[in-house]
Amino acid sequence: MDVVLLSRWQFAITTIYHFLFVPVTLGLTIFLALLETCYVTTKREHWKEPCKKLIKFFGAIFLVNFAMGVVTGIVQEFHFGMNWSEYSRFMGDIFGAPLAMEALTAFFLESTFLGIWVFGWDKLPEKVHCACMWLVAIGSNLSAFWILVANSFMQHPVGFAVENGRAIMTDFVALITNPYVIGEMSHTIFSGVATSGFVLLIICAWKIARDESSREIFLQVTKAVSVYLIIGIMGAMGTGHLHAQYLAEAQPMKLSSVEALWETADPAPFAVVADINQEKRQNDAEITVPGLFSFMLYNKPEGAVQGINQLQTAAENQYGPGNYIPDVTGLFWSFRIMIACGIVIAGLGFLMGGLAWIKQDLLLKLKGLLTWMPLLLPLPFLANTAGWYIAEAGRQPWIVVGLQKTADAVSPNLTTGEVFLTMAGFTLIYLILAVAAFYIACRIIKNTTIEAVNQEGRAL
Amino acid sequence: MMDYNIIWFILIAVLFTGFFFLEGFDYGVGMLMPFVSDREDDRSQVLSTIAPVWDGNEVWMITAGGATFAAFPHVYATMFSTFYLALFLMLIALILRGVAFELRHHHESLVWQQVWDKAIFIGSALPALLWGVAMTDLLIGLPIGQDMVYQGTFFDLLSPASIVGGLAFMSLFAFHGANFLTIKLEKVQLCDAAREIGTRCAMVAGVSLILLVVLIHLKVNLLLQPVALILLVLALLAAVFGVMSTKARCGMRAFISTSLSIVFVTVGLFLALFPRLMVSSLNPDWSLTITNAASSEYTLSIMTVAAFCLVPVVLIYQGWTYWVFRHRIKADGNHEY
Repeated sequence: MDVVLLSRWQFAITTIYHFLFVPVTLGLTIFLALLETCYVTTKREHWKEPCKKLIKFFGAIFLVNFAMGVVTGIVQEFHFGMNWSEYSRFMGDIFGAPLAMEALTAFFLESTFLGIWVFGWDKLPEKVHCACMWLVAIGSNLSAFWILVANSFMQHPVGFAVENGRAIMTDFVALITNPYVIGEMSHTIFSGVATSGFVLLIICAWKIARDESSREIFLQVTKAVSVYLIIGIMGAMGTGHLHAQYLAEAQPMKLSSVEALWETADPAPFAVVADINQEKRQNDAEITVPGLFSFMLYNKPEGAVQGINQLQTAAENQYGPGNYIPDVTGLFWSFRIMIACGIVIAGLGFLMGGLAWIKQDLLLKLKGLLTWMPLLLPLPFLANTAGWYIAEAGRQPWIVVGLQKTADAVSPNLTTGEVFLTMAGFTLIYLILAVAAFYIACRIIKNTTIEAVNQEGRAL
Repeated sequence: MMDYNIIWFILIAVLFTGFFFLEGFDYGVGMLMPFVSDREDDRSQVLSTIAPVWDGNEVWMITAGGATFAAFPHVYATMFSTFYLALFLMLIALILRGVAFELRHHHESLVWQQVWDKAIFIGSALPALLWGVAMTDLLIGLPIGQDMVYQGTFFDLLSPASIVGGLAFMSLFAFHGANFLTIKLEKVQLCDAAREIGTRCAMVAGVSLILLVVLIHLKVNLLLQPVALILLVLALLAAVFGVMSTKARCGMRAFISTSLSIVFVTVGLFLALFPRLMVSSLNPDWSLTITNAASSEYTLSIMTVAAFCLVPVVLIYQGWTYWVFRHRIKADGNHEY
């Protein structure tokens, strides 16, 4: 393997690992802020105590997750300079600004107020303490905004000029109002809500199934969590759909690769499954629904969608000879994995939520589901990873679409040995820490008991 | 054009100074923790002094890196790819440290806590050492080619001067952390232990600061940069004053002294660099400067507005944190860490 491929692997490993924790942070901070707002404003005195315990319980799990996200985020920021120095030179004028803004507006906010939130329970008035969690939530989601501004430029460059072989920012407002940002940002936030909602739902299932004294409280929590989850997953599906429609004009190559549509068609069919032959640039076999792809894009059963082969020819005419087709097989199946995970998550959200709201006694009888649901924990993480695979592998061979190729972006002074060493080192430590963090999170869930109390303040 | 570039050189210097001042005592506390006491509840108290603030302090480093990326992308690119393996070690250390703070108190087992205590020690000592090496290297020069690409290996990063620089940072931060502990802890025995170890670290800091100035002077004529030289000497004097204050048991005075010492060292090194940010040992013309390594005037102007609006706000709310947690850590209280 060469330095480019190793650096890509390294970046992919770090990013995927980092993004296991990020969506949980994005969604859980909002959830905790909402929960604490309920705690501060509730008039039902007997709710106060269990509510506070719940906040501290979810807060403890959140903190483990947050620590993992923060430390891998630092690696992320350093990677651009360490492994991708030519990218940083070429793009620094544009890419550095949102990164610096992220640190100035978001990282300071979330880390400072989280410190106050964790250790300030007895030092601050309730409302101020609650405001701290809102600031953490704003900070986390703001950091997502800035890094997605940076990422959106790589996908769909706007507000720039190329001078002396470097991309130069000409319009900061265009950069942050890039239509690509709207799609990525909304999809990311809703995915964060859905991911954290699903994690919370699994915790509820666990506690209902295995912890009798906490059962009553977690049945109540399930009601709130399922609503939160359904908002997230529906939002993720809706924004994902709109973003895909937008890709038809912004990144047609990515879109057609996701659907393995090799030849331009009107109306374009949707391939449910396909045996993709990347070498021959065709599908050896496929099962399609006629006109569905066009319908998904244009809301009517007609309309041309450009094929990969035609887009390849167009790219060659524009940029010169070369292979401009991304990993079609990977993109095609990533998309289907993402959708499948989303459907299962939504189904479980509706099922658990519906039962918790309407028929709790039936929910309690579904022992098997409650007991085994934790095994489905990987679903949202699989969906997020697949989504990012589509986003990032879908722009290959470009690191910045149309401006710089990934192969030209790597640091020229690195040797394969160095990159291999760091890749192996990071991967090893990620694995060890994942096990440790997961173990501690499970311990917290197992060892925390929260009893419901009646209006006289006695345990039910 | 020149104006923005100078402003950003100053801002980068300010961010690094803030980083070394704040993370200086965080790193110091982390380094001293295993030596101050063997007892678990003592160590919890020690860590509690920085628990609410260390993460916010670490953002100063991330901001310094991000600002370098935004304002001087070539410096960011060259510096981070040059210090490749050093930064790898630093990142591993920082990962361990950050996770250790969070995980160590979730399990009662002694082995578990000892493992994470080691992680906190390494995670604090190694970054301190490596930043000292890096700051010295920037000034004394590295084999950087005309294309701004580093031509050396990992071992070219290590010279007598840079190793002494690393030791100076490490020992100064440890002393700084000891002084921080004496103003934040209630338990007298812990404060006494911190003072004792701190004084020993201060001796190393003093000697290595003198050596550092001499070794740098052998490579770069510091007499041509009198202000920088004066600041480096002042840093030494501040450290000496810090020792005197520690001996007189004036914790706050000692802490202010080490703070000033760190500020003087950092500003001194940056002044000696100006207008360069990374010196090429191959050819002075190949050094990265505030002009040849900078972003466009447009980007710098936008980032200047952003920095001048946001940095004061950050200072205000970070200052408020220290106000909220201004009381000493109780010897008998419950400690999350």
